[in-house]
Amino acid sequence: MSYIAPILPEIIVGLGAIILMMVAAFVRRASLITHWAAIGILIAACFALIGAPQEAGRVFGGMFAADGFAAFGKVIIYLSAAVAIVAAHGWFDQDFEHGAEYPVLILLSSVGASVMVSATDLMMLYVGLELQSLSAYVLASYRRSDERSAEAGLKYFVLGALASGILLYGISLLYGFTGTTYFDGIAAAFRTDAGSIGLTFGLVFTLAGIAFKIAAVPFHMWTPDVYEGAPTPVTAFFASGPKIAALLLGTRVCLEAMGPATDAWRQIVIFAALASIFLGAVAAYGQTNIKRLLAYSSINNVGFVMIGIAAGGEGGGTSVLFYSAVYVVMTLGAFLCVLRMRDVDGRPVESLESLSGLSQTRPGLAAALAIFMFSLAGIPPLFGFWPKLMVFTAAVDAGLIALAVAGIIGTVVGAYYYIKIVKIMYFDAPVGEPYARVRAPVETALIALAAILVSPLGYLLIGPLGRLSANAASVF
Amino acid sequence: MIGLVHYLTVAAILFVIGVLGIFLNRRNVILMLMAIELLLLAVNINFVAFSAFLGDMKGQIFSMFVLTVAAAEAAIGLAILVIFFRRRGTIAVDAADRMRG
Repeated sequence: MSYIAPILPEIIVGLGAIILMMVAAFVRRASLITHWAAIGILIAACFALIGAPQEAGRVFGGMFAADGFAAFGKVIIYLSAAVAIVAAHGWFDQDFEHGAEYPVLILLSSVGASVMVSATDLMMLYVGLELQSLSAYVLASYRRSDERSAEAGLKYFVLGALASGILLYGISLLYGFTGTTYFDGIAAAFRTDAGSIGLTFGLVFTLAGIAFKIAAVPFHMWTPDVYEGAPTPVTAFFASGPKIAALLLGTRVCLEAMGPATDAWRQIVIFAALASIFLGAVAAYGQTNIKRLLAYSSINNVGFVMIGIAAGGEGGGTSVLFYSAVYVVMTLGAFLCVLRMRDVDGRPVESLESLSGLSQTRPGLAAALAIFMFSLAGIPPLFGFWPKLMVFTAAVDAGLIALAVAGIIGTVVGAYYYIKIVKIMYFDAPVGEPYARVRAPVETALIALAAILVSPLGYLLIGPLGRLSANAASVF
Repeated sequence: MIGLVHYLTVAAILFVIGVLGIFLNRRNVILMLMAIELLLLAVNINFVAFSAFLGDMKGQIFSMFVLTVAAAEAAIGLAILVIFFRRRGTIAVDAADRMRG
């Protein structure tokens, strides 16, 4: 059997990244070339996924799964990477010396993320995660001239390396006490002796490391600072692609490798889910910076996805995938709107105050942002409501009724600050000067597309998207 | 006779020293990089000890991967530190305070 076909998307993106790195190094003013070439590469990789045999199953001796679950995740990762590159183009043009290496780093991070969602072996998991993280540290500190960017990179690096160490310690214990690094081998070991103290320690450390990567409470401390300090297109990428990769990786580890030990990890995941939902909702109250607020929003949303993981089984897996897909559209849409917040000199503005009266000065932008905020809050006529409903249904089906109730209460608490933004835009008088107009037709089209997808029209997608995610989750 | 437990104990002690080194150290970031290195090396002791004990090569191969990644990580960490130093003129941990939290 061919080894190439199942990893064709990774080969395309990886080789493309290397070639573009050469282009960036040797061609003058290469940024325009690398940006559009990178987007082409990512779209080509998406098509390679469609073409790939669905039943390719495990390759490389069972270390790598090219199944529907991985393919679903990879499409999300590649598309969000492409959006992050489109968004960066306008941003770097106006802001500072243009970075031709930026798309290369995004591509490398995407390769790592797509290896993560395909990993069925702890070694593969570790290598994918590190490739993704190392590129992400560089991306966070990409704006070298900005103090906050350097500080964000430093904080992300130190805490990320600590998390990798914790994850690795857990992996070493799992390896030592099961004698294998394959997910199915670990599952078999959990089936025979689930109560072993060494295995339990390994499980806790591994989950703690993954929880850091998805920014779940209590491992979320880095998120607001990194999201605020990193350049906005990079923040948009962090909040979508790598986060979804880590979530799907966590889903696979919990449901596949640790499936027989569900009782051991379920309480941990439930605690992290509820803590993320409530802390994400409460801590966002006092924020005045829109990027910090969106960081807490992403912590809050991760909690809902983790309810789906806690529910487990095919239903839980389906809801995780569905939620991820809709969450990415809402978040990228919101960040694209944030990219439009610029003062008359074209410098980025991040304060919530500057949004006041936006409905009068820029009605289109205000309407789009309002749609994303209502959708993130999960208010029914908008599409963001449906994935939340799916997650809660999965939890109720799994017998976790108390968890679903707590999650719904969390939704109501969290709705406050999303609606506060809408209130600032629509009911406050304008202060200061209105935002400068930015001419960026591609970004405008993307904002419009995202707004349409999460508007009530998105409900037309419930059928196809639901079928796709149910097919993808049938591996569990 | 030195057995598996001894190796695991040494690795656990080194790991705890590494974690404490990151959290208790308020002086400079280079110490943090050293603590991170200590974490990864503690894990390597674990891997090699388990590998020898189980008679399975995979642990040793894994430790090679860990070493490689640790080298890349140190390079990136130092590069970010250089950027930080250029902007702020210091590598004190407390200097990373431009943002709350």
